[in-house]
Amino acid sequence: MKILTNPSAGVDTTMMLVFVVAVLTMPFWLTLIGAGYPDLMQKFVIFGLFATGFNILFGLTGYLSFGHAAFLGIGSYTAVWSFKLLGMNPIPAAIFAVAVSGVFALVIGFISLRRSGIYFSILTLAFAQMCYALAYSVLTPITNGETGLRVIGDDPRILDGIITSGVNPSTPTVNLFGLDLTQTWVWNGYYFNAGFYFCAIILIIGSYIAMRIFRSPFGLMLKAVKTNQNRLNYTGVNTKPYTLAAFVISGMYAGLAGALLCITDPLAGAERMQWTASGEVVLMVILGGMGTLMGPMLGAGIIKFAEQKFSTWGKTELHEFFAFIPDGIRDTVVSVASLFVGSGWHLTLGLVFMLIVIYLPGGIVEGGRRILMWASGSNRRNRKLQAAAQAAE
Amino acid sequence: MDAIILQILNGLEKGGAYALIALGLTLIFGTLGVVNFAHGALFMLGAFCAVVMRALLTMEVATGEVESTAWGTEIAVTTPYVTNLFGDFGNTMIDWAVPLSILLTVPVMLFVGWAMERGLIRHFYKRPHAEQILVTFGLAIVLAELVKAVFGANPIPVPEPAALGGMMDFGALFGSEPDKITYPMWRFVYFLFSATIIIIVFMFLKFTTFGMVVRAGMEDRETVGLLGIDIGKKFTFMFAVSAAIAGLAGAMYTPIISPNYNIGMEFLVLSFVVVVVGGMGSLGGAVAAGFMLGLLQSFAAMNEVKEILPGIDQIIIYLVAIIVLLVRPRGLMGRKGVMET
Amino acid sequence: MAILEVRNVNKRFGGLQALNDVNLSVEQGSVHAIIGPNGAGKSTLLNCFVGRLTPDTGSVMFNGKSLLGIMPHEINQAGVSRVFQTPEIFTDLSILDNVMIPTFAHRDGAFKVNWWPRVDREAGTQDHAMSVLEEIGLADKKDVIASSLSRGDKRRLEMAMCLAQDPKLLLLDEPTAGMSRADTNATIELLQRIGKSRGITKIIIEHDMHVVFSLADKIAVLAQGTVIAEDLPENIKTDPRVKEAYLGEEAEA
Repeated sequence: MKILTNPSAGVDTTMMLVFVVAVLTMPFWLTLIGAGYPDLMQKFVIFGLFATGFNILFGLTGYLSFGHAAFLGIGSYTAVWSFKLLGMNPIPAAIFAVAVSGVFALVIGFISLRRSGIYFSILTLAFAQMCYALAYSVLTPITNGETGLRVIGDDPRILDGIITSGVNPSTPTVNLFGLDLTQTWVWNGYYFNAGFYFCAIILIIGSYIAMRIFRSPFGLMLKAVKTNQNRLNYTGVNTKPYTLAAFVISGMYAGLAGALLCITDPLAGAERMQWTASGEVVLMVILGGMGTLMGPMLGAGIIKFAEQKFSTWGKTELHEFFAFIPDGIRDTVVSVASLFVGSGWHLTLGLVFMLIVIYLPGGIVEGGRRILMWASGSNRRNRKLQAAAQAAE
Repeated sequence: MDAIILQILNGLEKGGAYALIALGLTLIFGTLGVVNFAHGALFMLGAFCAVVMRALLTMEVATGEVESTAWGTEIAVTTPYVTNLFGDFGNTMIDWAVPLSILLTVPVMLFVGWAMERGLIRHFYKRPHAEQILVTFGLAIVLAELVKAVFGANPIPVPEPAALGGMMDFGALFGSEPDKITYPMWRFVYFLFSATIIIIVFMFLKFTTFGMVVRAGMEDRETVGLLGIDIGKKFTFMFAVSAAIAGLAGAMYTPIISPNYNIGMEFLVLSFVVVVVGGMGSLGGAVAAGFMLGLLQSFAAMNEVKEILPGIDQIIIYLVAIIVLLVRPRGLMGRKGVMET
Repeated sequence: MAILEVRNVNKRFGGLQALNDVNLSVEQGSVHAIIGPNGAGKSTLLNCFVGRLTPDTGSVMFNGKSLLGIMPHEINQAGVSRVFQTPEIFTDLSILDNVMIPTFAHRDGAFKVNWWPRVDREAGTQDHAMSVLEEIGLADKKDVIASSLSRGDKRRLEMAMCLAQDPKLLLLDEPTAGMSRADTNATIELLQRIGKSRGITKIIIEHDMHVVFSLADKIAVLAQGTVIAEDLPENIKTDPRVKEAYLGEEAEA
């Protein structure tokens, strides 16, 4: 018999503390593996947030949305408009992004959730493509079409426009009550970026909320939706508002992530809404482990890290990497390997993704758990127990 | 009036492509119960079969003669080897590379489909739809990236045969003023081609024993399994045929849109919409919805329509899909109870 | 007092008259069995009580409130719980979570975004769920994942899930289908025990006469969509119409 125990509050608190420390010390340990650049670290936390939110829908309820990039884009556009009209403070931008993407998620979710399974996936995909088409061409006055929406010098910015207009009229930067978020302090080769810490704190809050949802009665109901919706209906639960709530929450996370993307570069473009971007967040969640708390963040980190590393590698790096191989063979190895790096890194991504879906649908977290079980020998013991239980039946 | 005829022609050509891809998608879904997100990639592979065919035919060899340029440097004169071998007929072959590529596309795509079903899809019949979507989505990425690695990221133009190029004067055909309604000839050829393929597929399903088993399988998969028919082999073949249909649709489309590695993704989303609107697992529905959406899209692109509803051409297909899914979830011609929720 | 009143219920499927003017009256606290040959309309009738089907004509009143035209979850919230023919449980979750869900549904209603408290800190509901598990004999397996249970245990878990809601009416669709004799007897014993301690009204659809006669206070016999007899068990045993309905079926078969 398989045993399933939910982690206790103590375990969760410990895990959360470790997570907080890990996120806040990212500039240190990421520099050790060559990923300590402010830009990249910011991507880790922002996409971690996006994936965490997506997991609340996909991981808990099992509804596979192929259109969440739409909310990412909507968040970005809202944030840039907030910068343009109100001022460069990220807090109102984030609040508006969450609110607007939440409204969109409510409408799109309300309609899409009238269907389930593949129909739901296709509906969300259709909505996202529609949003993309609207942003790319139809709604050009709002989105600035192909060029993308950006903050320019003569925007009204009613809250801080007067103060900063004289200082830096052409390229205003995002600032938190005067603290320039693009600012980076360097100490001993480690980079501490204000924007990164702003995003990191939001990620920590976001994952704490996600953890509460996971362990709450609400989260339990969402898990029940995934397992047996029919039973849940006959148990007196109205499943529609539960799935809709999950959809809206995950849409808000996506919108927030979209707003954070505009911190370093206050620019919103339609390509952020394309369905390949929706596919990417699915990849992150699957790779890390759907339905697990930390998996999606892990997946987001690995994909963004690999993107950074693999996509910048070329033949020179490969020759160095394979230096241990004799010259004659090395050229062949390098030319084969070069298919998988540089512009070909998506190939690696696609292959890894297929392998995960085929062999390890539970993702990296599940893989780690299996290794742990195997290492501790409990796997063998479990099998014995199972055999005994079967014999007893 | 003229504008309307033009848009009908446009719609038929687009609809033909949608219908062909959707036909394969729905065949696979109806018989195998698999949602194939890699189907667009099959269309793309077909298009690259045409690219390869043309590249093969235009491969050049040195003639042995030497020519000097204006600067006095000497370079070897080369000609395509088919011209060397067959003379003028060889040149005609190069000109007809796209239609000739059918000869390459069909076996290649049958093989690709066979390998895909045997190697991957087969193991996913019993797994949840979400996993089928995900693994075929992954495969679509892999196939697209492989093509990108070989052929690069830029679109590769592939011309139609000169005889079928240029404009066709439809006005003159119907006895009205000449040069009033002209339309690119190849696009019309594409419509005829897709209509032919669709008719062949329907005849095949209607009049062969194999087709009957397939249709019965689409009605009730379990029962056919119980009849003792080896469904496994039939499934493999069915998948290969669907891949070949998608491939042909892609190969013949190359003169209309120069293919690049990404073309499959663009068509995939649209053809999913087509399948859903037509009704999952309904062959007639896929064809009807393909042409219907093609026509709708063309009409929405008319300036008169765009003046009233700006941008409607960009979103019309998705709007229709959303409305159909909500009002009539089984699609226009889907059977009751099949994948309705 | 009748807790469930079924009046003149008709249901057609195309040319088939599945239910023909069905009348039924179930007393508060009693165990009412519905028996009948295959295809007599038993499951159709049950589905009319839980909102899965809507009758063409007629009324179904529960505690003076109509059950027609309302959603399954609303019927459940009104106090009607159902045990399915094949156990419907949350296979991915632990036994305890399986029982916690109906407990929350009973406490919080059909929908509540209760996202802050932890499930394992909800002492009240935890205790309630554990007491139900103890009553049903699954307490020692509370952390076992539901999919790994035996069929009999799955059925018991489903009953525990229904009991956790303190239903007024419990509908049991062939609760012993596919069970061994020992499991069947255990189920009978369990149902008797639950009846005594809680006084829940039960409607049982069953093929197994042993089960029916051990449990039922009253039996209704359905044949071809009509109630041909509704009486005390000892009278049903000797009723010639019932014999005919069953023998007729055997003769045809």
